[in-house]
Amino acid sequence: MSDSDGKGRLTVLKTYKLYVGGKFPRSESGRVYEVTDAKSRWLANAPRSSRKDARDAVVAARKAFGGWSGATAYNRGQVLYRIAEMLEGRADQFVREVADAEGLSRAKAAAVVEASIDRLVWYAGWTDKIAQVVGGANPVAGPYFNLSSPEPTGVVAVLAPQQSSLLGLVSVVAPVVATGNTAVVVASETRPLPALSLSEVLATSDVPGGVVNVLSGRTAEIAAPLAAHQDVNGIDLTGAGGDAALAKDLEVAAADNLKRVLRPSGQGGPAADDWTQDPGTRRMTAFLETKTVWHPTGALGVSGGSY
Amino acid sequence: MSTSTPSPLAGVASSDSTLRRFLHGLPGVDPVGLEARAAALGTRSIKTTAKAHAIDLAISMIDLTTLEGADTPGKVRSLAAKALRPDPSDRSAPMTAAVCVYPDMAATARAALGDADVKVASVATAFPAGRAALDVKLADVRSAVAAGADEIDMVIDRGAFLAGHYLDVYEEIRAVRAECTGHVRLKVIFETGELSTYDNIRRASWLGMLAGADFIKTSTGKVGTNATPANTLLMLEAVRDFRAQTGTQVGVKPAGGIRTTKDAVKYLVLVNETAGPDWLTSHWFRFGASSLLNDLLMQRQKLRTGRYSGPDYVTVD
Amino acid sequence: MASPNTAPGTGTGSASGHPDNAPGHAGSPFAYAPAPESRSVVDIAPSYGLFVDGEFTEAAGGKVFKTVAPATEEVLSEVAQAGEEDVDRAVRAARKAFEKWSALPGSARAKYLFRIARIIQERSRELAVLETLDNGKPIKETRDFDVPQAAAHFFYHAGWADKLAHAGLGPDPRPLGVAAQVIPWNFPLLMLAWKIAPALATGNTVVLKPAETTPLSALFFADVCRQAGLPKGVVNILTGDGSTGAALVSHPDVDKVAFTGSTEVGKAIARQVAGTRKKVTLELGGKGANIVFDDAPIDQAVEGIVTGIFFNQGQVCCAGSRLLVQESVADELIDALKRRLTTLRLGDPLDKNTDIGAINSAQQLAKIRELTGIGEAEGAERWSPECELPSSGYWFAPTLFTGVAQAHTVAQEEIFGPVLSVLTFRTPDEAVAKANNTPYGLSAGVWTEKGSRILAVADRLRAGVVWANTFNKFDPTSPFGGYKESGYGREGGRHGLEAYLDV
Repeated sequence: MSDSDGKGRLTVLKTYKLYVGGKFPRSESGRVYEVTDAKSRWLANAPRSSRKDARDAVVAARKAFGGWSGATAYNRGQVLYRIAEMLEGRADQFVREVADAEGLSRAKAAAVVEASIDRLVWYAGWTDKIAQVVGGANPVAGPYFNLSSPEPTGVVAVLAPQQSSLLGLVSVVAPVVATGNTAVVVASETRPLPALSLSEVLATSDVPGGVVNVLSGRTAEIAAPLAAHQDVNGIDLTGAGGDAALAKDLEVAAADNLKRVLRPSGQGGPAADDWTQDPGTRRMTAFLETKTVWHPTGALGVSGGSY
Repeated sequence: MSTSTPSPLAGVASSDSTLRRFLHGLPGVDPVGLEARAAALGTRSIKTTAKAHAIDLAISMIDLTTLEGADTPGKVRSLAAKALRPDPSDRSAPMTAAVCVYPDMAATARAALGDADVKVASVATAFPAGRAALDVKLADVRSAVAAGADEIDMVIDRGAFLAGHYLDVYEEIRAVRAECTGHVRLKVIFETGELSTYDNIRRASWLGMLAGADFIKTSTGKVGTNATPANTLLMLEAVRDFRAQTGTQVGVKPAGGIRTTKDAVKYLVLVNETAGPDWLTSHWFRFGASSLLNDLLMQRQKLRTGRYSGPDYVTVD
Repeated sequence: MASPNTAPGTGTGSASGHPDNAPGHAGSPFAYAPAPESRSVVDIAPSYGLFVDGEFTEAAGGKVFKTVAPATEEVLSEVAQAGEEDVDRAVRAARKAFEKWSALPGSARAKYLFRIARIIQERSRELAVLETLDNGKPIKETRDFDVPQAAAHFFYHAGWADKLAHAGLGPDPRPLGVAAQVIPWNFPLLMLAWKIAPALATGNTVVLKPAETTPLSALFFADVCRQAGLPKGVVNILTGDGSTGAALVSHPDVDKVAFTGSTEVGKAIARQVAGTRKKVTLELGGKGANIVFDDAPIDQAVEGIVTGIFFNQGQVCCAGSRLLVQESVADELIDALKRRLTTLRLGDPLDKNTDIGAINSAQQLAKIRELTGIGEAEGAERWSPECELPSSGYWFAPTLFTGVAQAHTVAQEEIFGPVLSVLTFRTPDEAVAKANNTPYGLSAGVWTEKGSRILAVADRLRAGVVWANTFNKFDPTSPFGGYKESGYGREGGRHGLEAYLDV
């Protein structure tokens, strides 16, 4: 990062912060760690979240769950679309951050940002369709109206992919919140800055505070308390994909309250993550419950509807 | 005679609006659940000694009925003979509870039955439609009582009920009740098939009981849907709850469409497990039926002899 | 309430004048004579082996155990106890069979399943009697519910076998491979059907372990497979205890694990499969709330409560074991419920009029006794109808606890027996909050005549199945499964297929 804007003026550096409950706190631990670009040049200090930050984020996500899951699907779609709009407006910043984080050319980074925006638009359109695709009436053999509908599973811990700092991030967070879950996101450990900046986009996009919470730091350190947390309902282990032992430990911990677990690629899912591909519905259905409601119907009258 | 409404429900019928509020405040009926319960009780397996007991009980509960335009004194006399001695080959077969006829046949029935413990039941109040002026209906009742009827089977004014004029229905029952002098018992027929919904049947049941019915009865046998296990179950719940609230016991009479022993036994199971054993007597439960009797008699012969019987071994009256 | 037998002042009714037929004359007793279903329709062999690769064989270790009739403690048969070696052999047989089975056209797999459905229907009486003997549940339930539903599950899934690409799960759904299936003792044959029918329809092969106390219907099902001409190795049945199940689930060549049973074991399985490729569905415990509002259809609600907790002696994961009743109608409802419970008929499960059969095992009976003991000790009020229990076998009278609070053990722990805990609430919000206040989330009931309230409450209940103005209804087309610690995945319906497919 240059110290000046080329005209002799010293630039103002940004202090990156966490995003929890709609606010931008520092880590309660007061710790930060160095974030460097692909060529190991210092970019910024990122907060190194502690287990207590994880705890606070779960509290915020739980608090937000009722309102967000209760919002209309149309409303959630509007909010996701708003995120895309805001991201589009700040595309230059993200192109720079992605280029730095991932060592991409400006053109390639721009393509990543555009794909990220488009991914948000894609999920914005899913919010009010997924229930029609995965829910429906079941023709039971009796005088009952029987309807299955998807419902969000609750608070989901999302370990964002370690490599794809923005497109991968958006691709794992958007399906979780599009379906009405709230998320505690653990950003890429070495490439957290696009995630932390995305928080600023979320904060200005009508996303209610607590719906998405973003933590940076050591993935293993933050993920462990989240996987064991009894008030977390699901966990996406994508970001633990490079460390099979960690992924297994987290899945074991998640069994304590039977969290819904989305395993990293290669384990039951696609062989590898290619974030440019059509995502399908898998990431949405992974954190949806199916609720089936039975209602008696019966005849109009005692004579069996002989009218 | 005592005509006041039982005290816990005093004032309920003081106006159309209080009556409406009360009837509409009764718990709703879920049709699917009601029918499922009736069907479940229908799967009880009543065999051997229990079946023998049930058959005799059912015979003793029959209001042996003829309600035809073609009824004649001869037809009524032969029906009375059948009621007195259902199975000529077996004197141990019980008598039926009553014979049920039109008012103009009540005297004939009375004479044919003599002193025997078989009641004369007479339909009245412009049966089956009930579409006549009140004074005509009351005259109908008076003539039946005068002819020696022990029981009056009246029909309610379904038109008034469906129009929501509950107090009119109530007052009419009271007026008929007042004509049932002496020991005459009043059965109130709702014509459940015309009331159409179970909620209406529950309301009509309470309305009838509040107005002083001794029995509530499903139907005339003259419309498409008559007694069913479900509507009878619902009425049994009503008499059970009415007694729990007021201490007054009211009988139930399903009528029409009950033709086989198997059906009759199912109804007795409904009585036994809903209102309870207190209702398992002809004083509190009746079947309005005619062909049912011969099926019961054939089954009775089968139990007695071990052979299946046939229609030539029961009398056609 | 006035004495039932004196009906004073019946309007103007008064006496009829017939002394033997007068008001107040108590009704005749109507005692139902015994109506036992005949045992002769079922021929139980003195011993059974393991069904592996189309043959019955002894366990490698030669170990056996007895299965008893819970109603009488009579030993019904002796079955093999499968060990690790047997598990390995069965998984290998299933793996071998998988290649051809999964390559069959869907229409051919469909026909096998249709055959199985039909044979179950043909042999329904035999299977019903067998299940009642081995499980202890009333014949009326096995006859009218377990066996017909089992046949219906095969019939439903048969039709899916050649239509999977149209199920909306992706254009090319592929079977997973070998499914390890472990089922409980509460609905032995029906749970087998819930597991095997979708697995086979989707092209998987299975190794199924029935519960230790109810192995027989699965072994008879092996004979159904034989009659249906099912290729060898497609269905393998291993009898045994928990150690057999653990060995099966942990076998490295298993691709899919499906378990129905306790939450405790479910968690152990979830840990066990962590880090593997095995796809898992878990159908676990529950503490279902049955919510009755003051405007409920009260007579039907009483029936629903009874069905909810006394069906199958309450040994149902989705039982409505917590009754939440609005305080304004609590007394009335509890009175009605008690009156209704006095008509329940407990006794010989083979008698067609029996409503309440035997508890499945001595162990389960001990657990029910322990938990109800705690309920009393914690201050809840215990009530049971007068009820004579048979002298041999495992029996527990229908039991109500009133005055229960959320803090009581009987409101929190799954009892898995004929025991209902009654709690009250004042407002819909409170009802929902209490209903959801459990780590479980399998089932719930809501009773009200107000349509909008049904929808609002059903919407807020965190449970996989919600019954509105009904309870304990099941259907092959209707997905079943829980939220939270009641497990994950769905069984039945279009949703259930996904558990056995790589989509």
